[in-house]
Amino acid sequence: MAGSAASKDSATSKNVIVKYLPVYFVLLAIAGMEIFLAYQHFPTGPLLAILLALAVCGGGLAVMYFMHLAEEPSSLFLTLIPATIFVLLMMNMFWSDSFRLLHMKPFPH
Amino acid sequence: MSEIDIAMHSQGGELAEGSPYRIPSRKLTMWLFIISDAITFGALLFGYGYLRTASSDWPTPFKFNPSILNVTIMTVVLITSSLTMLGAVDSAKIGNKAKTKRFLWSTILLGAIFAGLHIREWFGLIDEGVRLFQNPWGSPLFGATFFAITGLHLLHVISGVVALAVISRGFSRGWLTAGHVETTGLYWHFVDLVWMFVVPLVYLLNISK
Repeated sequence: MAGSAASKDSATSKNVIVKYLPVYFVLLAIAGMEIFLAYQHFPTGPLLAILLALAVCGGGLAVMYFMHLAEEPSSLFLTLIPATIFVLLMMNMFWSDSFRLLHMKPFPH
Repeated sequence: MSEIDIAMHSQGGELAEGSPYRIPSRKLTMWLFIISDAITFGALLFGYGYLRTASSDWPTPFKFNPSILNVTIMTVVLITSSLTMLGAVDSAKIGNKAKTKRFLWSTILLGAIFAGLHIREWFGLIDEGVRLFQNPWGSPLFGATFFAITGLHLLHVISGVVALAVISRGFSRGWLTAGHVETTGLYWHFVDLVWMFVVPLVYLLNISK
């Protein structure tokens, strides 16, 4: 009886590993692709855009499947993710605005 | 009876509301911490991006061997540790303490390997003359941004390894629950997630071709 419960537990743990193996291999493939692309002779701007897009894909997979956000109530996703993206985009606005000071142009005339 | 009243009475009549988003408060707190930490890393990476763009002599020192090879191994190790962490969370949920402990210690071992490789990478750069505000190649801000971003990430990895060891001991002895293992797992996956952005932005955009 106890042996049967133990083997059932073992099967469940193996199942969860097997269930997430495709995500694991996709993440490894994304990492490999990033390294391959970094050695191609792309200009820095397009390379940055491609690498960022791949990183966002990898990050999205990790959040949705490894962190199980896909299985949580959708209200949690809708509260956390759009707010985070908004703050990051706004930060991007402020950082770029601060560059005016580097060029000694504190205020536009 | 209002929804709040129902929630209060469903908690054994105590004056307590149900957890927001129908998830345990511990998990919600960890999600809020992760979001704030993501914004901290976002600020550092944006700052680094603008400094790199503004500097005409930004160095590109990372050769395939040892730096990029090292980073590739570190990435594989960290993503694999996320998989073992999933096994630990699942084993904890079904109450298999021995298996949870094995998976947690596998994760700890992989985290320690990652930290060791990272420290080796740091010492390699320090030997080449990279300091916080100077380096032999170009913009002195390279060292400041590199050590700040990778150092904060390394601090997270080391903190995670310590937290996992505490959780493993607590879960084995019965004073911590599967919920604690799951919450620590969320943190560990987040550390993995940050690394997915650090590698392309800090290493791959600065490779020596």
